[in-house]
This record gives sequence, C-alpha cells and structure tokens, in this order.
Amino acid sequence: MSTESTEPLATTAAANRRSVRRLLAVVVGMFGFGFLMVPFYDVICDITGLNGKTRNSVADAAPVRVDASRTVTVEFVASVNADAPWEFRPDVVRLDVHPGQFYQTHFYARNLQDRPLVAQAIPSVAPGLAATYFQKIECFCFNRQAFAAGEGREMPVTFRLDPALPADTRTVTLSYTLFRAEGQGG
Amino acid sequence: MSATTAHDTHHDDHAAPRGLMRWLTTTNHKDIGTLYLLFSLTMFFVGGSFALVIRAELFQPGLQIVNPHFFNQMTTMHALVMIFGAVMPAFVGLANWLIPMMVGAPDMALPRMNNWSFWIMPFAFTLLLSTLFMDGGGPAGGWTLYPPLSLQTGAAFPFVILSIHMMGVSSVMGAINVIATILNMRAPGMTLMRMPLFVWTWLITAYLLIAVMPVLAGAVTMLLTDKYFGTSFFNAAGGGDPVMFQHIFWFFGHPEVYIMILPAFGIVSQIIPTFARKPLFGYASMVYATASIAFLSFIVWAHHMFTVGMPLAGELFFMYATMLIAVPTGVKVFNWVATMWRGSMTFETPMLFAIAFVVLFTIGGFSGLMLAIAPADFQYQDTYFVVAHFHYVLVPGAIFSIMAAAYYWLPKWTGHRYDEKLGRLHFWCSAIGVNVLFFPQHFLGLAGMPRRIPDYALQFTEFNMISSVGAFMFGFSQLIFLYVVIKCIRGGEPAGDRVWEGAHGLEWTLSSPPPHHSFQTPPEIKEAEAHS
Repeated sequence: MSTESTEPLATTAAANRRSVRRLLAVVVGMFGFGFLMVPFYDVICDITGLNGKTRNSVADAAPVRVDASRTVTVEFVASVNADAPWEFRPDVVRLDVHPGQFYQTHFYARNLQDRPLVAQAIPSVAPGLAATYFQKIECFCFNRQAFAAGEGREMPVTFRLDPALPADTRTVTLSYTLFRAEGQGG
Repeated sequence: MSATTAHDTHHDDHAAPRGLMRWLTTTNHKDIGTLYLLFSLTMFFVGGSFALVIRAELFQPGLQIVNPHFFNQMTTMHALVMIFGAVMPAFVGLANWLIPMMVGAPDMALPRMNNWSFWIMPFAFTLLLSTLFMDGGGPAGGWTLYPPLSLQTGAAFPFVILSIHMMGVSSVMGAINVIATILNMRAPGMTLMRMPLFVWTWLITAYLLIAVMPVLAGAVTMLLTDKYFGTSFFNAAGGGDPVMFQHIFWFFGHPEVYIMILPAFGIVSQIIPTFARKPLFGYASMVYATASIAFLSFIVWAHHMFTVGMPLAGELFFMYATMLIAVPTGVKVFNWVATMWRGSMTFETPMLFAIAFVVLFTIGGFSGLMLAIAPADFQYQDTYFVVAHFHYVLVPGAIFSIMAAAYYWLPKWTGHRYDEKLGRLHFWCSAIGVNVLFFPQHFLGLAGMPRRIPDYALQFTEFNMISSVGAFMFGFSQLIFLYVVIKCIRGGEPAGDRVWEGAHGLEWTLSSPPPHHSFQTPPEIKEAEAHS
C-alpha cells in the first residue's frame, strides 16, 4: 500500500511541474503575440488602407484616363496637435474633382512662437478605404518643414484620385495634423 | 496509503503561525479562498462607493457635487476596481475554496504560488487607489485606457500601469494553479466529463486568462513606452496608430468579459439543480456551449469599435460572429429552464439569486444582441444603452451569481446556517434596486444620452433621478449582505454536512466546515454519483 501511494504523489508533482512549464510557455507566447499584432496590423493596413493612411511618398505620375463624367468632392481639414502653437488651415475647404486629373491646393501654416520650429504633417483620409486611391505627387507632408520664428507660408499638395475609386464614394476628406517634429526646433 | 497520511499529519503537526502571520504565510486553499473573497467584498464596497459618487452627481443636471475631472476619475476607477478588484478575485476565491473539494483533492496543486497570487492583489490595489491622491489625480480616461487621452494622465500613469501588471501576474498565476489542479489532482474516477460544471467553466476561464492577460500586459507596456521612452506604437506623429490600441485592447477585452461570466454560468449550473431537485439538464451540451463561447470570444473583438471605420466586410464579419454567441448562450438558458421544468422547486436565497440571474442576464444578453447589429450600433455607441447593457450582464449577472454562491456555500465554509430571512430581504432589495438602477438607463441611451459625462441635457432628468434612487437602494442593501455574512461567520444553527436537501457533489460529503486538508484519502467517483 505504501509504495503505491508514494508513487502517485511523485507523479502528481511531476505532472504539476509539467503543466506549469507548458502554461508559462503559453503566457510568454501570448505576451509576444500582443507585440506581434503591431507589425501585423501595419501590414494589413498597408494592403487595405484600413486606417486611412495614404502612402507617404511620391505616387506614380503616369497618366490615366480622366473620368470627366464623375465628380467627387474632396474636403480639406487641418488640425494642430496640442504640443505647439501653430496657425494651420487649408486655402480651400472643398474641391470638386474628376478622378484621374491632377489638382493642386495649398495649406497655410504659421509658427506662432518666437523661436524656430520644425513641423511634420501627418495625413489621414476618410473614409479609410479611399486612402489607397488618393495619390499625391507633391506634398509638404513628405518632408519635415522648418519655420523661423513667426514665419508663415503656403505649402502645396498635388494629388489626384485614382479612377478605380469605388463608385459609392462621393466625398473624400483629406486631413492633416501638424505635429512638432521630435527632438528638433525645441 | 500510509505515506500520504504521514505526509499530511506532518503538516498538521508543525506549529501553525497564528494571528496575522497565519494569513500572510498560509498555503491552504480554504484560507486563501477566504482571503480572496474578503478582499473582493472590500473592493466591492470601495468600487460601489465610487459608483454612488457618480450617481449622486447625475441625480440632477448641472454640476453639484464633484468637478468633471474627478467625475471622470470615478468612472475610470469604478470600472477598474469592480472588474479587477471585485468580480475577478471573487471568482478566484470561489475557485480556491471549491475546486479542490469538488474534484476530490487535498489542496490546490501549487499552494505556495497560490499564496503569492493572492498577496500581490492588496499591493496592486493600494497602488491603484493611491493614484487618487497624486498630482493630477488618478486615471480619468476610462478603464479602456485609449490613447492619446490616457497618455494625458498625470503622475499617476506609471502607477496605474504597474498596478495593472501586478493584477495580470496575479490572475495568470491563479489561472495556472486552477488548470494544474484540475488536470492533475482529480480523484480516481473523476473523469473530465464527470466534473461539476463549476469546475468545467473555471477550467475554460483559466485558459482564457492565460491567453489574454499577457496581451493586456503588452498593450499597457506599449502605452508606458509611448509616454516615457519615445516609442510611437500609438502616436500618429511617429507613424503609429491610436486605433491599433483599440484592436489590441479588445482582443484582451472581449475574452475578459467572458472571464467574468463563465464561472457565473458554472455557479448557476450548480445551484439550480439543487433547488429544483433534478439533475442538470443537458450536462454535455453545457460543457460544449461553454467551450464554444470561449472560442467565439477571440474572434468578435471589433464589435466594440464598429464606429472606427472598418470595411463593410469587417463590420459584417464581426456582426455575425457576435450574434453567433447567442446560440451557445441560448443553449445554456434553455438548459437552466429545462432543469427547473417540473422540478420540486424551493426558493431559498441562493435559488432566488440564481433565478434572477437567468432572467436578468438574459435581458443583458438581448441588449447585447441589439448592440451587435452594426448599423444600429452607430446610434448606440458610447451612450447609456451600452452602460445599461454591460451592467445588466455584470451586476445581476456576475455579481448576483457571486451572491448566490456565497449564500449557497457559506454554510459549508463556516459550518453555520446564514439568516434565511435576512438573505431573502437582501435578495428582494437588490433585485428591485438593480432594476430601478439600470433599466431606465436603456431609455436614456436610446434617447441619446452619452456615457462618461458629469452633466446632461434637461430632458434626461427624470430617468437619471430614478436611476440614482435605484443606485442608493441597491448600494445600501449590500450592507444587509455584509451583516448576514458576519453573523454567519460568528455563529448560527449547525449546517450539517449536506446543508441542502437536494445538493449533490463531493464538497457536500465533507464536514462543515471542511477539514484542513480537504480530501486526505481520494474519494472514488462512480458513474451514478457524477454531476447529478
């Protein structure tokens, strides 16, 4: 009887240790999975344009057929992040465009501080799924913009809408948020 | 057998520390279960007092009692304290007390880790509650901690994050312990499909915990590095995306809501058969339904964020997947009703709470279905309708099941019967109070009153007044519960081993209160005795 009962006790302890090892592996794995969701999300958004991020680089300017029969309203929104005082607004708030044709518009920004600042504009398109159809060949958002104390200037955006834009999209909003670029312009 | 017995006697022999040291150093599953339950009860009153501050402010429009910033701290802290401090520890406490007794084990599998996982909690919550006294106050951006708002928290921020990490570590250790106990410590003959349903639901809950608590830990760590170490996980200026936080958070958050309800399903599945004097209807389907709900909980998270701008296919997927959860949940409600069908029912306090659970949880489930309809959700998002929904599943859902469990097993734990008259009084005050409190919030939400605001438009006044009256009624009737518990601990009519005439299961074969080591000799479980 006694030999029989010490045996299960030892095996239970071993089984417990095995369970703990396996479960801890799951815990560590899931902690890693949380971080893995970050690149995963970026890839999915890059493919689908889910989060309204436009490609922040010069789009292919090859001419495409202009769809003059269709008019899409593009709205422009400018907002300032709370971390620095800026004046920032679009020159025109809305523009009726034909998909396939290039348009240029301007945003005006002025540094309200008495020292130089460097700004970075971050674009976002709504509805998010239109982002991949929003093509820019020139944009002040491609680079950081340096401003002297009190300086204000017009900044251009040249864009077109891909004619492949889904037909149910009639309005596209392009919004820029101005952030102070990290570590520069104090 | 002699070796096991010798081993156990050895434990009983050595001088057990008394007083405070007994509780600090205990590795006994019953002591730790008691500590968890008392901690949970304390936090229930702390979180409840925060809720009463909220309801007092909302009694009439305008700002009367607190400033908006403090109001926001109250909504945030109420949620964090109730979720992580009241509901989750209460279930862990019940698991500690009951699982070893239900599977025929002497104690939990990892008793020292068990001690740790409890004693982290008081420190975590001292840390969390201390943030209310810091510069800039406690967290005020909602318990969901969405950036960039949550990153504007003042000095309290790192303390909040650390306390969430500590709660996570505690929950994960508790979950590992539960799984190890259930998988390795069952008595001979206690096959998986003979386990009581409370054990089954806790096994599945424990797997959910170890799968998602680390994800929450990751998400809050990213918040911390975004604020203090210059990373840009959620910062658009650096190429991050604040919406991504919502995805990661709700990947944790949705399984979390089932962590708070699956053990409740288990409790109710123990209590209803006892007082209907019939075996549980559809035992196997209950097990499979629980597992299905747990699986589905991983693929529905984005229904919390329908309005962030998802492609149509995404909205449809998350809408249908969410509605699918109603199927296994419906199976469960059907089984509870079928168990009561033609049973010889009596209505002692635990049964009253269990029946109220079935009815009121179902109401919460239905409003959940309404919220699952993506086009309708655009209207309901962030209104009081959402508040009414999740309070219906959490208060008369999770909390009522915990109350039911407390009344059901208190005689077993203490050896004394509780005061049945006061128990019923507590039930009726709670049941009426909770409906007066939360039912009008449905109407407020449908009329468009937003949640998490200290002030509101005049047309919402009447329903808010009713709701606040219900809140104070519900809140103060919990003092009856406190009195009943203290009275029952201090003495009362001897309970007897079986306590309830219709009770089945291994825990009722032990004395009341049970011996120090629950089952020194593993009991033998026969088919006929299983889950009846």
